[in-house]
Amino acid sequence: MIQAAVVRFPGSNCETETLRALEAAGLSADVVWHRDDALRGADVVVLPGGFSYGDYLRSGAIARFSPIMAAVREHASGGGAVFGICNGFQILCESGLLPGALLRNAELTFVSKPVTVRIERTTTPFTGVYSEGATVTLPVAHGEGRFVASDEELRELDARGRVVLRYLAGQNPNGSTADIAGISNAEGNVVGIMPHPERATSGVLGNDTGAGFFTSLASWTSTLKGVA
Amino acid sequence: MTFRVLVRVMPRAGLLDPEGQAVERALAELGFREAAEVRMGRAVELAVEAASAEDAGRLVQTMCERLLANPVTEDFSFEVITP
Repeated sequence: MIQAAVVRFPGSNCETETLRALEAAGLSADVVWHRDDALRGADVVVLPGGFSYGDYLRSGAIARFSPIMAAVREHASGGGAVFGICNGFQILCESGLLPGALLRNAELTFVSKPVTVRIERTTTPFTGVYSEGATVTLPVAHGEGRFVASDEELRELDARGRVVLRYLAGQNPNGSTADIAGISNAEGNVVGIMPHPERATSGVLGNDTGAGFFTSLASWTSTLKGVA
Repeated sequence: MTFRVLVRVMPRAGLLDPEGQAVERALAELGFREAAEVRMGRAVELAVEAASAEDAGRLVQTMCERLLANPVTEDFSFEVITP
């Protein structure tokens, strides 16, 4: 049994630092191969950043058919926590676990730099330790991060407070609609974000403001034990 | 029977297509100022085993809906070439 499973797809490249960030927050975590079909009892599944299947066809379009995704879907529908970071966010959108899609950056360039985002939803397993409206500066590194969704989906995201992170005005690195950097499903247990909090979890990296995503998880999982 | 199918997937009208814009600017740089409204999509060529052209079309329609095109951002069309 592990508390957190980090799924490694062919082409994932952020699984090691994601694992370390989870462990540093006190969670037992391990990497699960995408061809496995079970999550080893984990309370939390993280789909890490990278370029699963070389981004062939569309980012995340092929990873969604990996055998592990059936277990991820089941986990999500049972209220389990699912966190998609960057490519993981793209996979969640392609899977239909989150609405919308992530398209080529408006300026066509791959952006790799720190950006400041505002935390707008704190009632998720990943943002509980932050206060609403808090700003954090996190690295982004993506070529396809421009969030788009139908007008109806955008209204729904806004009306139900499902935007988790928004780039500060003037800091939108990719032309994302309404400066959206991360969203959740209606229940809040499935969250996808473009920035990389796992790269900002220690002073030695020059920034530890991302650690809160993982300490939030640690307190969320301890609440689970309380009710079990 | 084996049918050859050509699928065309295009970004939905109204969505920003920065790739198309970049190609349009490059064409202008080359002197093709007549070119406008450049949009970049994707073409997929495949062979489909089916009893009839209609059956092949139905299969490809489902393939497009489930994988080849993203229903949020792309439109598709295809032609079935009867052998």
